[in-house]
Amino acid sequence: MTNLVRYLFLLRPVWAVLMALIVGSGLILLAGVSPLGAYGELFRGAFLDYWGLAGTLVKTSPILLAGLAVILPLRAGLLNIGAEGQIYMGALFSAAAALYLPQMPTFLALPICVLAGALGGGLWGMIPGYFKAYHGLNEVILTILMNFIAINLVSYVAGGPMMQAGAPYPYSEEIRPSLWLPIILPQTDAHAGVVIGVALAMIMYFVLRYSTTGFALDTIGRNVNAARYAGVPVRPYLVGVMFVAGALGGLAGAFEVLGVKYRLYHHFSPGFGFDGIVVAFLAALNPILAPLAAFFLSGLKAGALVMQRATGLESTVIEAIQGLVIIFVAASLGLKLDAEKWAARLRGRERLDRAVGDTFRKQGAKDADATE
Amino acid sequence: MLTLLSDPQALADLLGTSLRLAVPIAFAAIGGVISERSGVFNVALEGCILGGAFGAAVGTYLFGTPVAGLALAVVVALIAGLILAGLAVGLAINQLVAGIAINILMLGMTSYLARLILGADATTTMPGFEPFALPGLSAIPFFGPILFDVDVLTYALYLLVPFCWWAIYRTPWGLSLRAIGDYPVAADSAGISVPKVRTFAVLISCALAGMGGAYIVLAQVHVFTENMSAGKGFIALAALILGRWNPVGAFLACLFFGFSDALQLRLQFSAPDVPYQLFSMVPFVASFLALVVFAGKVRPPAAIGTRYIRGGK
Amino acid sequence: MADNVLSLHGISKLFAGFRALDGVDMSISRGTVHAILGENGAGKTTLMNVLFGLYQPEEGEIRLNGKPVRISSPRQAMTMGIGMIHQHFMLVDSLTVAENVALGLPGQGLSLDLDRIAARLAELSHEYGFDIDPHEVVWKLPIGMRQRVEILKVLFRDAEVVIFDEPTSVLAPNEIASFLDGLRRLRAAGRTVLFITHKLDEVEAVADDVTIMQHGKVSARMKVAQTDARDMARKMVGREVVHDRMDKGDIAPGAPILQVSDLVVEDARGIEAVKGVTLSVRAGEVLGVAGVDGNGQAELANAIVGLLAPKSGSVLVDDADVTSASVHVRRQRHRVSYVPEDRHHTGLVLDFSIAQNAMLRDFTAAPFSRGGVVQTRTVREKATDWVRRYDVRMRGIDQKVRFLSGGNQQKLIFAREVESDPRVLIVMQPTKGLDVGAIEAVQRTVIAERAAGKAVLYISTELEHILTVADRIAVMCAGEITGVLTPDEVTTERIGALMGGLHEGAEA
Repeated sequence: MTNLVRYLFLLRPVWAVLMALIVGSGLILLAGVSPLGAYGELFRGAFLDYWGLAGTLVKTSPILLAGLAVILPLRAGLLNIGAEGQIYMGALFSAAAALYLPQMPTFLALPICVLAGALGGGLWGMIPGYFKAYHGLNEVILTILMNFIAINLVSYVAGGPMMQAGAPYPYSEEIRPSLWLPIILPQTDAHAGVVIGVALAMIMYFVLRYSTTGFALDTIGRNVNAARYAGVPVRPYLVGVMFVAGALGGLAGAFEVLGVKYRLYHHFSPGFGFDGIVVAFLAALNPILAPLAAFFLSGLKAGALVMQRATGLESTVIEAIQGLVIIFVAASLGLKLDAEKWAARLRGRERLDRAVGDTFRKQGAKDADATE
Repeated sequence: MLTLLSDPQALADLLGTSLRLAVPIAFAAIGGVISERSGVFNVALEGCILGGAFGAAVGTYLFGTPVAGLALAVVVALIAGLILAGLAVGLAINQLVAGIAINILMLGMTSYLARLILGADATTTMPGFEPFALPGLSAIPFFGPILFDVDVLTYALYLLVPFCWWAIYRTPWGLSLRAIGDYPVAADSAGISVPKVRTFAVLISCALAGMGGAYIVLAQVHVFTENMSAGKGFIALAALILGRWNPVGAFLACLFFGFSDALQLRLQFSAPDVPYQLFSMVPFVASFLALVVFAGKVRPPAAIGTRYIRGGK
Repeated sequence: MADNVLSLHGISKLFAGFRALDGVDMSISRGTVHAILGENGAGKTTLMNVLFGLYQPEEGEIRLNGKPVRISSPRQAMTMGIGMIHQHFMLVDSLTVAENVALGLPGQGLSLDLDRIAARLAELSHEYGFDIDPHEVVWKLPIGMRQRVEILKVLFRDAEVVIFDEPTSVLAPNEIASFLDGLRRLRAAGRTVLFITHKLDEVEAVADDVTIMQHGKVSARMKVAQTDARDMARKMVGREVVHDRMDKGDIAPGAPILQVSDLVVEDARGIEAVKGVTLSVRAGEVLGVAGVDGNGQAELANAIVGLLAPKSGSVLVDDADVTSASVHVRRQRHRVSYVPEDRHHTGLVLDFSIAQNAMLRDFTAAPFSRGGVVQTRTVREKATDWVRRYDVRMRGIDQKVRFLSGGNQQKLIFAREVESDPRVLIVMQPTKGLDVGAIEAVQRTVIAERAAGKAVLYISTELEHILTVADRIAVMCAGEITGVLTPDEVTTERIGALMGGLHEGAEA
C-alpha cells in the first residue's frame, strides 16, 4: 500500500500536466471549441504525423538543451533564467564562425562552429556565475537582464555589421550548405541537434549520479556550508557550472543557426530559454527525464498550429496551458511524501479493518509489513 | 546631447518622458520593496505588470471607462499575488521558482485571453486617464508643467511614495514587516503571524505592480500588446536594490532608469545612423551595471528568500 | 492547597510517534521561583513550548489560575500573562530596544508611538536596575544586556509568569550573579518565575521549588530548602553521578603537532574575533579550550581547519605551514580532522543518506572515488562498517541523516573524522544537545584518539566535559587566551575570573 502511495507521489509531474490540461479545457471552452477535438488535433498534429513529428523534433532540440541548461546549475542551487540569452549568444558566435572563418574541411569546420556556439553561451553564462559566486548578486535578476542585453545585441549585429545587403529585415548572409547539420528524418527539417541533446542528457545523468563532480554539485545545492567543510571549492564550482550551463544554451543557439535557419536572424527564439525552465521542473531536475519532458512540450507547440488550422482555436492557448503546467508542477513540489505518516494512516486503517472484519485484511497487512 | 541642455523646452520634454517611463517601474519597485521587506522575493512583478496591463485593457474595453480598467488591473494582479502567496508562503516553495512560474503563466494567459476577448479590436486605442494641471503647482516655472500636469495615476504615485515610507518606518505594521524580513522567529514569538503579514505584503506588492501595468495601458499607449511589460518588472527589482529597500530610494532609482530610457529614445531620433538596438539595451545595461557597481555595498533583509515554518529545522 | 498560578495535568506531546512529554503533572505556586531541572533531551524545552503556545499537547490539561485553558499561540500566551525568554534571543538585531519591545505589542494605534514606549521602558529599566538605553540598536549590545532587553519585553507586557529557557548558558560567570539577582527582584515584585536549567548550583541559589524531569516524565518534585545538590543530581540522571574523571591512562605527550602563532581572525562582519592567539598541541595530548560561547572559539577552529582565512599569524601542522592551504589540502595532505559545532548547519547534509555523509569529507580521494568516479560499493562497505563499530542506530545506510537522533548524527561525524586517521583532531562543542550515553561515547572516542598519539583540540562551553578529557585547559575570553590551567589547578573562582577576562598569562 505505501508503495502505491510512493509511486503516485513520484508521478507528481504527470498529475500536474493532467491538471493543466483539464484547466486548459476550460480555457478552450471559453472560445466555444470542444476541448477533446482540440486536444485530438493537437496530439495528432504533433506526434502521429510524419511531418508533424519532424516539426516536434525540430523544437525538441533547443528546448531540451535549454532544459539541461536550467537543470545543471539548479542541482547546485542556482536558478539560471538566462538560457534565452545564452541561446542568442551561442547563435551569434556560431554564425560568426560559420561565416567568417576561413574555408576548412567540413569534419573540422562543423565541430568548430558548434563549439564556437557553446563558447559564446558559456562565456555569457559565466558572467552572472562570477557575480553570484564572488559578489553574492542574485543570479535570477542578473541572468534576466542579460537576456535582454543579448537579444538586443544579436538584433543589432543581425541588423548591422552582419546584415545581408538589401535584406528586408535583420538577418545575415546564408551559411554554406557544407556546414548545415545532418538531417535525421529525410525530407524534413529534423536535424541532428536533438540526437546530441539526448546524448548530452544521458551523459549529464551519469555525471550527476556517479561522478565526484555531481556529488560536489549536489552537496553545494543541499548545504553550502557542508560543501565548504567538505573541501569543495564552492566559488569556482559555481562559475564553472554556469559556464557549462551557458554552453548548453549556446549549443541550442548554434543548432538553430546550423540546423534550422542557416542564417542569424534577429528575434529568432520564441522563448526556448523559458521553455527550458518548464522542462527542468517537469523532469523533476532529472536529466534522464528531460528529453521526455522536452519532447512533450515541443509537441504542444508544434501541434498548436495544426490545431488552430483545424478548429480555429487561437494557438496561444498552448502558452496559457504551458503556464498552467509550470504552476501545477511548482505547486506539486510543495507536497511532501511523509512515508511514516502514510504508514501510520494505513496501519490505522488495518486496525479499523480488523475491528469491522474486512476481508482484504490479510493482503493489506502483508503490504504494510513489506515496507517497514 | 549638448543642444539638449541649451534648449529648455527639449530638456523639459526629456524629463517629462523620463517621469512617464519611470512611473510603471516605480509602482512595481515600491511594491517589491514591501514584499522583500517581509522576506519574500517578488520576481513575479513582471507578470503582475503584464496582468495589470491586460486587466486595464479588458476592463476599459468591456465597460468603456478607464476606472473599470484600473479596477480589473488590480484584480488580475491580485490573482497573481494570491498564487504567489499560496506557493511561496503557503506551500513554502522556493520564492524565485514560484515567481518565475507566475511570469510564464501570466504571459501565456494574457496572450490567449487578450486575443479571445479583444480579438480584432486589440489595435484600437481605448480611452485612458488624461493629464490635468494642478492649479498653482503647475505654474511653478520649468518643473511645474513636468510634475504637476500629469494623470491621476502619477499623482497617486506622488502620494504613494511618502505613504509607503510612513507605513514601513512609522507604523506597528511596518515594524512587523521589517522584523519578519530580518528575523521571522522573533516576530513569531512576539505573537505576529508571519504567514499573514507575508501574504498581505505579497498581495499589496502585486496590486501595486498591477497599477504600474494599468498605467502603461491607460496613460501611455492605450492598447494592449502581448508581453508588453517587456522586462520592466526586472528593472524594478534592480531599482529596489539600488534604492536599498526603501520606497523613497526605489523611487529615485526608478527616475534614474526612466531617464536613461528617455535618453535612449531621444538618441534613437537624434542619431538615426546608430542602430536603435544599441539604445534599447541601455535600461538593461544600466540596471546590470548598477547592480554590479553596488554589489556588496547594500544589505538586503536578512531573511529574504527563506521560507518560514514554525518549529522547522 | 497552595495558591497555584499554573498547573499541568497529564500533559503529553508526541513527535512522529516519540513521546517527548509523557503525562507531565506540575503545579507552580504564585510568587515563587520554580526550577525545572533535567538533562538535555529530558523534555524541558518541549514543555515550555507547550506552555508558550508553540506546540499543542496531544493529551492533558493546563490550568491558569485554576481555570482550564488552551494556549494556541504565543500571542495568546502573552495575553494570558505568560512571557518567555528563549535560549536563543528573540530580538531583531537591526531594530532598537524600543522597537523590539513595540514589536507585536497589542493595543497600538495606527502610528508607532516609540517615545511613549521608550519612556515606560526607561521607568521599568530603572525599577529593576537594568541600565538600558531604549534607543540603542540591539546588535550593539553585549549578550548580558540583550537578555535584559528580553526580560524588559516580557515585563512590558505585564507577564504574571515569566519562563526562562536555559538563561545562563550564554552568560559569563560574572554576568550570572547579576542575572540571578534579577530573578530575585522579579520574585520580590510578585511575579512567578519558571526557570529551566541543568545547573544544580543555580537551582540551589535562587529557586524555591524544583521539578525534575527525566525522559519526558516528572521524576521528582521538592522544596529546594529540603534537598541538596547531590540528591537533585541523582534524581536528574537516575543514578549516582560520578564526578571523577574518566581513566585516561598516562601518556607522555610527544612532539608538538599543531602550532598556532599570533593568530588574528575576523568574523563575517569584519570584527576581530580572535586577537592574537598562540597555542600548541602535542601528540597524545588533549588541549581543552573553555570559555563562554561567542568569544572567538568558532573563528579559531574555522581558521585552523581552513574555513576562514586569518588576517595574520600562522598555523603549522607537523612543522608545515598550512596558513594559506585550502580545506581540502589540510584534510587530505596534513590530515586535519574537524567535528564542527553545528551538525545541521555544517557537519552533515541532512538530505543525504548515511553513506553519502560518510564520504562527504573524502569523496574526491581514494578509496571513495577513483578517476572522478564515486566507488559506490566501497562507500557502502565503509559506511556499513562505521555505523556498526560506532554504534550509529539507524534503519539502514540509505536512510537520510535528517531522521537520525542528534547523538547518532554525532557518532557518524566522529566516525568519519576519526577513521580518516588524522594527525590533528579538532572538536567543537561535541556534546551539545546529546544525552548522557552519547556524551560518554564521544568522550571515549576522544580519549582513544589521544592514546593513539593524535593532537586533539577540544573546544567546549561545558567545563565539566573539558575537565573529563583534557590534559591542559586554555580559557578564552574576547578573542584572547586569558590563561592555561591543568585540571588540578581548576577552581570555580579561578576559571570564572579567566572566563570573565582577567588575564593570567596568555599562551597555550
